[in-house]
Order: sequence, then structure tokens, then C-alpha cells
Amino acid sequence: MSAATDTTRGTGTIRSTRSTVLGVVLTTVMLFPVYWMINVSLTPQQDMRKTPPDLLPLHPTFSGYQAVLHDQGPYLVTSLLIGLGTVALTLLLSAPAGYALARLRPRGGGLLSLVLLIAQMIPGIVMAMGFYGIFLSLGWMNTWWGLIVADSTIAVPFGVMIFVAFMSGIPGELTAAARIDGAGPVRTFWSVILPVSRNALVTVSLFSFLWAWSDFVFANTLDSGGAMRPITLGIYHYIGNNNQEWNAIMATAVVGSVPAAVLLVLAQRYIAAGVTSGAVKD
Amino acid sequence: MSLARADREPRSPAVPRATAVPAAARSAKRRQHLKSQVVAWAFVAPLVVYLAAFYVYPLYRNVDLSLHHYTVRSFVNGNAPFSGWDNFQTVFDDPTFWTAVRNTLVFTLVSIAFQYGAGLALAVFFSRRFRLSGLLRALFLIPWLLPLIVSSSTWAWMMNSESGLLNYALHFVGVGPVDWLTSPTWALTSVIIANIWIGIPFNLVILHSGLQNIPPELYEAAAIDGAGPWQRFRRVTFPLLRPVSAIVLLLGFVYTLKVFDLIWIMTKGGPGDASTTLATWSYRLGFGSLLPKFGPGAAVGNILIVIALAFGLLYIRVTRRQPA
Repeated sequence: MSAATDTTRGTGTIRSTRSTVLGVVLTTVMLFPVYWMINVSLTPQQDMRKTPPDLLPLHPTFSGYQAVLHDQGPYLVTSLLIGLGTVALTLLLSAPAGYALARLRPRGGGLLSLVLLIAQMIPGIVMAMGFYGIFLSLGWMNTWWGLIVADSTIAVPFGVMIFVAFMSGIPGELTAAARIDGAGPVRTFWSVILPVSRNALVTVSLFSFLWAWSDFVFANTLDSGGAMRPITLGIYHYIGNNNQEWNAIMATAVVGSVPAAVLLVLAQRYIAAGVTSGAVKD
Repeated sequence: MSLARADREPRSPAVPRATAVPAAARSAKRRQHLKSQVVAWAFVAPLVVYLAAFYVYPLYRNVDLSLHHYTVRSFVNGNAPFSGWDNFQTVFDDPTFWTAVRNTLVFTLVSIAFQYGAGLALAVFFSRRFRLSGLLRALFLIPWLLPLIVSSSTWAWMMNSESGLLNYALHFVGVGPVDWLTSPTWALTSVIIANIWIGIPFNLVILHSGLQNIPPELYEAAAIDGAGPWQRFRRVTFPLLRPVSAIVLLLGFVYTLKVFDLIWIMTKGGPGDASTTLATWSYRLGFGSLLPKFGPGAAVGNILIVIALAFGLLYIRVTRRQPA
């Protein structure tokens, strides 16, 4: 039960093996719903309501995935566009602000940090209602750029706080050295702070993309009638329209989960690298 | 702090023996200070404009909505009559109100308790050094990274009364089927179960990183003093983890209070009001029918904000009182 103990000695290997087994069991239990989603996505329609259900996809069918390719392609492209746009907007706003709050001590910075903390507490559903009125008068309803703006509100306060935390940890010698070399604040930010903050950049990009990709509240309120709708609405309408074809619904769900899986594989070490540790070495 | 230091150190040798220059030095310093303030604010300005336009203004619109009698027509024209607290009165008089408040509290507190408990146990477990621990911990993140619509519809299918896997498992151990999503007694429990599953990874990650920051010497010292595993957890791990725990619990509270997608996709707040929370009720009033009640919907949303802020300010007080 002990945390970070000295398992390296003596009985270490036996305990380690036992821990691995227990870890595998726990992970299997935790991920079972994910497995079930994949299993259902491969189950033929006629077996869907069978008792007992097939625990393994013994007669896999790809008809669900064919339906996805046929019906959901445009939704996936829209989600990709909105996700990337949200990342760009979030980084553009939060990285410079994080730098200023962490290193330049603007007057009122403490208040601004408090506002950002509070901003994170505001429920998306309330924001959606406010945006609804504004978007109606601006004519931004059912547009992809409207959704980028709305989705970015989920990520920007988080982004600023990550950058502040990370950039406060960058050793003062680095910026002092840049200063002696004659670099102004902009130059320092661009050529010293940003390259060193790679981990924070990746973390913020990763989460803003995922949140935009996963967003349902804003999409459903602000883009439910648009020509370009994201994949979350694609799945939602699928559930509403053909209530019975669960293999197609689950196949869409699997496809909708791909970015999460890809980013987990590619960027896991950036999340794990922690907020301060990676930067000092560079 | 670091900038102030960087300002002074390279400069002070250049200033020759500060005897007769206090006034000039002071004004130069003030000009320098002003300049650095302008630069600092230039970096922050886009964010401030953004916050004003896309946080403050929508919230203002929301308050405005809740104080006027809006219909679909006046929503577009913007000439709704002022109605004072009428919308709030309507909301308070609605029998759904107290159900929604109770459900919101139950949903939030039960979810957080289980997420934190399981997250902490798993974080301690994963801090042991064993083979595959990094990989398994990464896999544990999946439920949290999945889009909510994906996890919600998967759980909805697993909890299906006729052909869901959960009822089959119950049948297997000799228990009768449960109408997870369609019976008033079980609907709230069902969405809580799904929500706990989604929230565990977040708690695990943050608490695990908190554990990494506890110096191992403390455990060695405790072990030398004869402390067993439980003692070490109670006397070393838990107290030192308190700041991290506060962060996890606050963020957990905020995230859980505003959960909407999961409940809406799984039960739409039903059957009846059985799993209606303030968030789903607000949405149902504003967007859930062909005859939207924007005013009361916004009023519920504002009540939700007040609750969130009350707990948020409590958190800020608690964390400020902690010695860093």
C-alpha cells in the first residue's frame, strides 16, 4: 500500500510481478466499456439483442464502419477544422498572457488570475445560452468560426494557468542572459521562453483540441442546423434517427475516439513530463 | 520577481557611485517601470479583450435574459419587456426546482467522493515501481479523454434494459433486471456511475503527480521510525498531499456541477425529473422544447453560477490560508 517505497530490494521482483498482475486486472476492468464499444461496433445487427450477448466479436461485421464512412465523413472533417482552429486561437491568446502574468508582473495581474480561475467555474450551458443571443444578432449561428470562438472559451483560462505555472518555473538566469544579450521582452518571449515551454505548448494544444473535438453543448445549441456540423452531433443525430442500429452508432463512437487515442499515444510523455521538470535541462 | 532582479543587476555597476543622482535616478526608474508596465499589458491585452467579449458579455446577456420576458420573437428583435424577478419567482415556484437542486448535490458529492477515493487509491498503487506501470497508467486516461458523447452512449447501451450487458451480468449472478435508465429510482444512480468512471483518471493523474513530489527520504525516515504502510500513508502521504487534494476536489466540484452532456445524452434528465440537475433543467427550459422559456432557463443558469462561485470563493480562501 505504500507510496514510492523501496521495492527495489529483496522481495522486490515478486511484489513487482504481483503488482503488475493487479495493475493489468484493474486496467482491464476500467477499460471494459471501451472494449464493449468496439465489440458492439463489430456485432452484426441480428445478434445485437441476443441473450446472452457475444462477449467476443466472433462474427465481426464492418457494415457499421461502412455506414460511418458513408454518413459521417463531412462531420469528421468539420471537427478537425474546429479542433485545429481552437488550438490556434487558444495558444495565440494564452501563451503571451501566461508569459506576462508569470514574468512581467502587470499591475492587476492578480485580479486577472482570479478572473481566470472564476471563468473556469462557469458552466458551459450558461455560456451557451449567452452565446445563443449574441450569435443570433451577429449572424454567427451555424458557422464553424462561431464554434471555434465558443469552444476556445473552454480552453483559454486553462491554457493561461498552465502557461503561468510553467513559465514561472523557468530559471531567471535564462531571461537575464537574454536581457544581457540585448533582447527585449518580445524577443525574450519568442526566442527564449516559447522554445523552453514546449511541454506546456503541447499540453495546452492537446487539451484544447480534445475539448473542441468533444464539445457537445456548444455544438448542439449554436450549430445544430448548420451545413458544417461536428462529429459529436453526427453521433447524437445517429442515436436519435436510427435508434436500432447500434453497431453503426458504436462504430461512429470508435471513430470519434481516434483523436483521443492518437494523442494519448503521441503526447503522453508531454503530459507526464510534468509542469516544471522538463524545461530546466534545455 | 525575476524581472526586477534582472533589471537591477546588469545596470547597477553602470551607474557611477550614487551620490548626487537620487532624483534623476528615481525618475528614470519610474519611466523604466512605466515602460515595463506597458509592455506587460500589451502581452495581456488580447486576453483581456477576449474575456470581455466572450466571457463577460455572454454572462451579461444571460443576466439580461433572466430579467426580461423573452419570447422567440422578442429574442430576435431585442425588445422584450423588463420583468424584474418574475423569472426567478417562476423558477422557485416550480416543483422541479428543489428536485433539481437535490439531484445536483447528490450527483456532485457522490461522484466526487468516489472519484477521489478511487483516484487516490490508484495513485498510491501506481506509485509502486513495477513493470508496465507507466503504460497501464496511460491506459487509465482513456475514459477521461473520450468525448462525452462516446462514453455516454456506450454506457447507455450497456445499461439498456432489454439487451444491456449490465442486466445480463446481473442475470448471471441471479439478480433480476434493473431498468437503469428508465426507472425513476435508478436513473440518477446510473448517470452517477457513468460519471464516476469518467472522473477517476483525472483524479489519478493529478494525485499521482502530487505523490511524485513527496521526497522519498520522508518515507525512509518514517520506515526507520517503524511506521507501517498505513501509518506512512496517514502521516506522510495524506498530509503532504493536502494542497493537491484541495485542487483536485475543487476542480472536480466545478467540473461535476456543470456536467450536462452525460446526463442529457443518457436520460435527458428523465424519467420525469428523476435525473434532472440544474444544468439539464436550464437547457431544457431554454432549448428543450419548441416553445423555449429563455427567461427561466437563464435564471436557472444564473443560480447555477452563484452556487459554483460560492464554492469557488470558499476554495480560494482555503488555498490562500495554506502556507503555500
